[in-house]
Amino acid sequence: MSNQGPKTLFDKIWSEHLVGQREDGTNLLYIDRHLVHEVTSPQAFEGLKLSNRPVHRPEATIAVADHNVPTINRQNIEDPQSKIQVETLAKNTKEHGIQYFDLMDQRQGIVHIIGPEQGITQPGMTIVCGDSHTSTHGAFGALAFGIGTSEVEHVLATQTIVQNPAKNMRISVNGELPFGVNSKDLILYIIGKIGTAGGTGHVIEYAGSSIMGLSMEGRMTICNMSIEAGARAGLISPDQTTFNYIKGRPYAPGTEHWDQAVEYWSSLPSDNDANYDHEIVIDSSEIDPMVTWGTSPEDVVSVKGTVPNPSSAKTENKKKSIERSLEYMGLKPGTKITDIKLDKIFIGSCTNGRIEDLRKVASIVKDKKIASHVQAMIVPGSGLVKKQAEEEGIDIILKDAGFEWREAGCSMCLGMNPDQLKPGERCASTSNRNFEGRQGRGGRTHLMSPELAAASAITGNISDIRDFT
Amino acid sequence: MDKFHSLKGIAAPLPIVNIDTDMIIPKQFLKTIKRTGLGVSLFYEMRYDNDGNLIKDFVLNTSPFDQSKILVAGDNFGCGSSREHAPWSLKDFGIRCVISTSFADIFYNNCFQNGILPIVVSPENLDQLMTAAKNQIEFNIDLPEQIIKAGNHSINFEIEEFRKERLLQGLDDIGITLGYQDKINAYEDDKKNKKPWLFKDT
Repeated sequence: MSNQGPKTLFDKIWSEHLVGQREDGTNLLYIDRHLVHEVTSPQAFEGLKLSNRPVHRPEATIAVADHNVPTINRQNIEDPQSKIQVETLAKNTKEHGIQYFDLMDQRQGIVHIIGPEQGITQPGMTIVCGDSHTSTHGAFGALAFGIGTSEVEHVLATQTIVQNPAKNMRISVNGELPFGVNSKDLILYIIGKIGTAGGTGHVIEYAGSSIMGLSMEGRMTICNMSIEAGARAGLISPDQTTFNYIKGRPYAPGTEHWDQAVEYWSSLPSDNDANYDHEIVIDSSEIDPMVTWGTSPEDVVSVKGTVPNPSSAKTENKKKSIERSLEYMGLKPGTKITDIKLDKIFIGSCTNGRIEDLRKVASIVKDKKIASHVQAMIVPGSGLVKKQAEEEGIDIILKDAGFEWREAGCSMCLGMNPDQLKPGERCASTSNRNFEGRQGRGGRTHLMSPELAAASAITGNISDIRDFT
Repeated sequence: MDKFHSLKGIAAPLPIVNIDTDMIIPKQFLKTIKRTGLGVSLFYEMRYDNDGNLIKDFVLNTSPFDQSKILVAGDNFGCGSSREHAPWSLKDFGIRCVISTSFADIFYNNCFQNGILPIVVSPENLDQLMTAAKNQIEFNIDLPEQIIKAGNHSINFEIEEFRKERLLQGLDDIGITLGYQDKINAYEDDKKNKKPWLFKDT
């Protein structure tokens, strides 16, 4: 990447954060904010202790427990291992002077929900976290990516990371989104198109009128699943929508620095003639509400479609992969997606656990009842999302419809806490991964938007929101 | 960090594409606060039945593959989460080298932090190596020469120089970076002036 000539948003953030080059030729990239949670940090803090190293800049780090916290009766974590992990985080953060939102703090929630909610996430920043869905924060035009525990330790000790620049990919989606199609459908469609390794080695910049027309929450859903497309990070240019969202939040720049920050943020969007290593253009009118049928997020089809036939696969590997997925999912080729009967509904996660998601669900299930054979659970992304929903009466609408209303956390997105599928159970889920065993051993996950999941809860089958009255 | 120089032995074939980190080490094992002891749970759901008994025909449960230090796997190995528990569990089992046509970025990085060598080969070479692994032909991985030898096959592979050096010497990455402390401090001082809002305490 040269310093001259037009630059992409990624190039600009990259060059602003270069501390220098090490003798081995690698780059040291400065990290502005580090988010820490209970599952991927204990070994990093232990490493610091063993080498007797301090945390370089404790005030640049924020910690919260989200992955394995219970969503009911949280005063008492029953699982002894989960309890130790949460207590270890509390102890480590206290020892190193790192701000920690504990389980009783209303600001507690999924790390990728609370970053933006608190105004911690800002344009032009570099943000890392020991969690792959850190890509979520790219919605603000921040370079944000997931790291492993050894890198967590490296960032704690040095506030930098060893990195070489990624390649630039731009995915432009143009046009008004068709009725019933929203950000989740858009990103599932993109993953289906480029595949789960399609973005490997790249940072994906999402652009085009369909993307820029989304709210911040919709943009977060898009960037969140960049990792499912193989990219470590997703980016969207910051604009007035972004600035409006940030203004006034607890950790946002105060009035003394606001104009200066906005001026800088406004310089970040990619230059018009910037170069991309890879470009994809999509017309949004070709997109339907999308649902996954298999065990990889790329196994995606229109809700109007059918389960694919392995014999139609182009390669032997793909054929085997479809056969394996169908066997696991208990599905027959040619089955209509809307004929698939469900056992559970999960609404939540860092992909779709924000207030707008909850509002959409409430508007669909209002004055209706969930199907008698399904169990439906809704887990707000943070304590503040929950509070907001309760102030709007959303919890009452959902409970009246038969949903369970829970405390904030990652919950059944990954099933580290007691919220899990039983073997063979089939779930409509607003989360991000449909891997084998992801939501519980033998559990079968169909990823979809909150709108589809809400409609499906009422009918008991996977349902097209466009047919739903 | 453990060094990696060369490796000789039988390779275990795992001809599945998109092996994700949930398959490598399921969530219930992420509750540990240690790096060790995860090998027994590697590929848990493929290795054990619902009652916790070994599934006899899974490759890592059969001799001689249960002693493999090398894994040959399908495309896009290690996709999914950032959990370093995935390389920790591979290493704890004894796997020090994984060969595939592609790896997910975070997993690839995490391997090098733990003295594991991930090798990218072409689809044709992967087919050859998969067959060699199934036939229990001895593999010889030579990092300094960047060559995999297995039977009649001799396959060169690419690796970034700094990654190679770190594996060969088992370097402590944090220790190296701390040598640049002055540069980091200077960077911070500069930004405190230019972007003061970034230094508002969290």
